[in-house]
This record gives sequence, structure tokens and C-alpha cells, in this order.
Amino acid sequence: MSAELLSLSAAQAAERIAAGEVSADELFTLYRERAAADRAAGDEGLNCFTWVADGLDGAGNRDRAAPLNGVPLAVKDLFCTKGVPSQSGSKILEGYLPPYTATAVERLAGAGAPLLAKTNQDEFAMGSSTENSAFGPARNPWDRGRVPGGSSGGSAAAVAAGLAPWALGTDTGGSIRQPAALCGVVGMKPTYGSVSRYGMIAFASSLDQAGPLTRDVRDAALLLSQMVGQDPCDATSLQLPEPVALPSAERLDGVRIGVPGELTGEGIEAGVLEAFRAALEEAVSLGAELEEIELPHAPHALSAYYVLAPAEASSNLARYDGVRYGLRASEPRDLLDMYTRTRHDGFGAEVKRRVMLGTYALSSGYYDAYYGRAQRVRTKIAEDFAAAFERVALIATPTAPSVAFALGSKTGDPLAMYLNDYCTVPMSLAGIPAISIPCGYSEGLPVGLQLAGPAFSENALLDAAHALERALAFDGSRARV
Amino acid sequence: MAPGPPGPDGRPAAPRRLPSVIGRDEVLHVARLARLALSEEEIEPMARELSAISGYVAAIGELDLDGVPPTSHVVEVTGRLRADEPRACLPRAVALSQAPDATDEGFLVPSPQA
Repeated sequence: MSAELLSLSAAQAAERIAAGEVSADELFTLYRERAAADRAAGDEGLNCFTWVADGLDGAGNRDRAAPLNGVPLAVKDLFCTKGVPSQSGSKILEGYLPPYTATAVERLAGAGAPLLAKTNQDEFAMGSSTENSAFGPARNPWDRGRVPGGSSGGSAAAVAAGLAPWALGTDTGGSIRQPAALCGVVGMKPTYGSVSRYGMIAFASSLDQAGPLTRDVRDAALLLSQMVGQDPCDATSLQLPEPVALPSAERLDGVRIGVPGELTGEGIEAGVLEAFRAALEEAVSLGAELEEIELPHAPHALSAYYVLAPAEASSNLARYDGVRYGLRASEPRDLLDMYTRTRHDGFGAEVKRRVMLGTYALSSGYYDAYYGRAQRVRTKIAEDFAAAFERVALIATPTAPSVAFALGSKTGDPLAMYLNDYCTVPMSLAGIPAISIPCGYSEGLPVGLQLAGPAFSENALLDAAHALERALAFDGSRARV
Repeated sequence: MAPGPPGPDGRPAAPRRLPSVIGRDEVLHVARLARLALSEEEIEPMARELSAISGYVAAIGELDLDGVPPTSHVVEVTGRLRADEPRACLPRAVALSQAPDATDEGFLVPSPQA
């Protein structure tokens, strides 16, 4: 029975529960035990989780009549969950128990997805490998010697390995899409503002956006449909013009897909490009029309991003000073000593680097050259996309330049690590929605294909991804052990 | 003009503009601004890494951006104000409950000049 339960997608499980064929408690217990076993295994396991629910008590809504029917949810550590440890993968928030729950998590719980576990991540979502975590690195279920991507690596690995039916992640420059690609699951970053950021421990507020990591596109649509909406607690949140619908498309007739030369050539691994091109051929056989397009400023996106995101981070992370929550350095001499040593002791190397970079970029004399210019590049990138979407409905690229890489292989070289975001950062800067679906293999490891659309095109994007996913018939079951 | 995608060896292609070099003094200055203590062994690697990253991102200095407005927010949202009515906030005891040190009335911190 448990093998059969495990083979169900979240949407299928929800349907079975609604029909009374499967018990929500039984499903919760199955996943809880699998997640708890991974947590107990420590570094012998995948190290996907920072916390796992004790049992059925207090797990929240398992209402059979609610839209998500009691299918349990894994949530990235950086979402505040009332009374449940939430430390954004950082030592500086050790022991922090939030007094409230993030809106996205609250909405999903209300819609019938009880909290199963909190997932491992790069500290404050800064990273592309989940190696920058106070909880130690998470691992890729396709090959334990490789990273799951990041920063939502715990969420991606947990869904791929069948340790959670579905999961919540956040994406600032690719942190949902890249780990989804490296773990062979679906990950979607919706239009900026469509999901409330209230209760998400902030990294770069003009870019941070929550989204689903799931086994398939239908699950992503179902989870997203219950997360979106305006929230009085987040003034940047907005209402999508239409509700998120479950996708049903099987064809792509007449859909014009743009392929930008800047993101589909040099710098992308040959095996990744091969799988990407094969998937495009599949799209053509479903009726899509391909068109070569230009995004002339896309090669500058990474530079602009690594000014803007650290600048915002240096401001957001000023709140970790040992006063209100988390860590405080022992026996401080005076107030300033407490601030500086608490931050020295509590932040990891990558977070320190980005706080320094952001502070430098915002400091007197450099502001215009770095931050001011990066904001103007951001405008050019958004204009490039607007021009492209005059001609095409969607844009396709590989999600990440490579397949999952070996643990430790990029930790010594920050720039090499940053290049993981090469294909995902432009969409983040423009605030447009993008989805990564598994499209094939290279070196026996999953390859992700990214589809992006104009702001508010979630339903068109999900429909196209659904049709393509169906034709590609990627089999992720090998990672579920 | 572009900094270029990663080269075949996974390293970024060299930016056109020479990387600006961030030295020890500048690192210590920025660390003071960031309220971040750095240990002696953190300083040199930080200078090296910040120099490499700032050199890479400095390529945006070569774009012609005259007359281009900056973007701070990507989706049109006009200033949205809620009704100016008092509403409940976190009870003081709850707000203080996570602090490393507190009294019944507020957060407790060391003196500014001990």
C-alpha cells in the first residue's frame, strides 16, 4: 500500500482522499516517517530537513473537504512557522521560534495542506547548492555525491526523493528553478507579487518570491492556486487577473516560443544543450513554432543581480544584531562589540561576503556606479523581455548551465557558483513568471528546461509546460527510494 | 561589451574593464559600515573575493545607460495605503520572548560605552 501511495502525485493523492479511497492520516504518517528517517540519518541521508513534525497532533488542517484534502507540505526553513524553528539556514537565528506564520504557509494550511517538515536551504537563500547551511549540506537523490542545487535544495531533494509530496520554496535569482532542474522536479517562480512575502525571512525584497516545487506541472498549478493573492500584510502583493487553473493542454498548436541566443549557447554544458534542443523538437512536434530572439542585455543580468541582491541583503540583514532574536555573542564589551561579534559568529562565509559586497556597493562614492547603474540595467532587461513578448508567447532556455555538480566543487570559487544563475536571473530582474520542468538527462542526471512568459501569464505557462511534460514523459521514480 | 557567459572551463570570461582592487583598508572600512567583525584570517580572502566579484560586475559600467530610468519595482503598484485605524499588534511579552536578554519592559543590551 505504501509503495502505491508513494507513487501518487500530490494531486492524485488529494483526489483519492476526496473520494474516500485513501486516508489523509495514513498519507501524512507515510511521509512523516520517511522524512523523519532522513532527518535521523543525518549526513548518511539526504539532509533535506531542518525540522520534521512529531506526529499527527498539531499538524494543522487535514480536512477532507478542503481543496488540498490533507496532502502534507514541506516548507523551506525561511518561512516563519509559529512555534516551529525557522532560522533560514543560519546560525544567527538559532533557537528562533516565530510568533506568527507566513501568509503563504497559513493559506496552504487553511486550504488543507498540513505542515510536514521544514527544509534545508542555503543560509538566507544565498547560494546555488545548499552547501551554505548551518545544518550542513543537503544532497541530491540522483547521486549523493552531488548537490541538489539551491537555495531551495532541501525542498527540491525532498520532493524528488519522495520524502514530501510537494514543497514550498523561494526564488530570488533562480532558487526554485535551479534546484528543481538539478533534482528532476518541477519548480515555478510566479510573477513578482503574486504570493505574499509576509513571514518570509527576507533576502532581497524586490526579487524574493515564493513558489511550488512539485513532482509534476499539475501539482505545481494546484499548490500555486492556493498560495496566490493580495495580502494586507505585504503592500507589494497583488491579485492575479484570473485564478490559477489546473492545466489540461496536450498540444502547443500555434504557440510561438522564443529561443534567446544569449542564454542558449556559450557557457551551457553540451549535454544540457543537447537535452534542451531535443525538448524543443518535441515542442515543435506538438505544434509549437520556434523563433530565434534576442535578449541583448541578458548577459549583463548576472552583474546587475550581484549588485542589487547583495545591496538589498545588506540592508535586510542589518536586523541581525543580537538584540531581538537569535544569537548574541558572549560577554560583549559594549553595544558595538555585541553587534559586530554577533554578526561575525552568526553569519556564514557567503552571507558575510554578500553583506560586504552590498555595503560596498551602497557606500558613499560607489552608489551611482554600482547600485544606480544596476537599476538602469534592470530597466533594459525588462525592456528586452517586453520587446520579445511582442513577437513570441513564451521564451525557452535551459534552466541551469550544468547538471548537478559534485559537493565541494564550487565552494572555493564564488563567481563559478554565481554562474549557476546565468539563465534564471534575467526573469527575476524583470519580475516575470518562469517554470522549470525536467526535460531529459545528461550524464544520467536530470536536465531542466525553463519556460518564461510575460507578467501574469501563469496559466499559459502552466498549460504549455503541461503539454510538453506529457510528451517528454520524464520518469523521476528512480530518485524515490 | 558584455561580461560574457561562463567560458568552457566554467569560469566567467574576463570582463572588459579591469577589476577594481579592493584592499585591506577598504575591507576594514566596509566591515565597520556593515557592523561586522572580521577575524584576521578572513580579511585577505575577503579582499580577493570582493575584488573578483566587483571586477565582474563592473562591466555594467560600459553600457550606455544615459536617459534610462532606474527600476526599483518591477510590477506597477501604486502607493497603497490601508485605512488609518488602530489594530492589534504583537503583545509585548510575545515580542520579547525570543530576545537573548530582556526585562518585562524591553530588550536588554550592554551599555553603548562600557
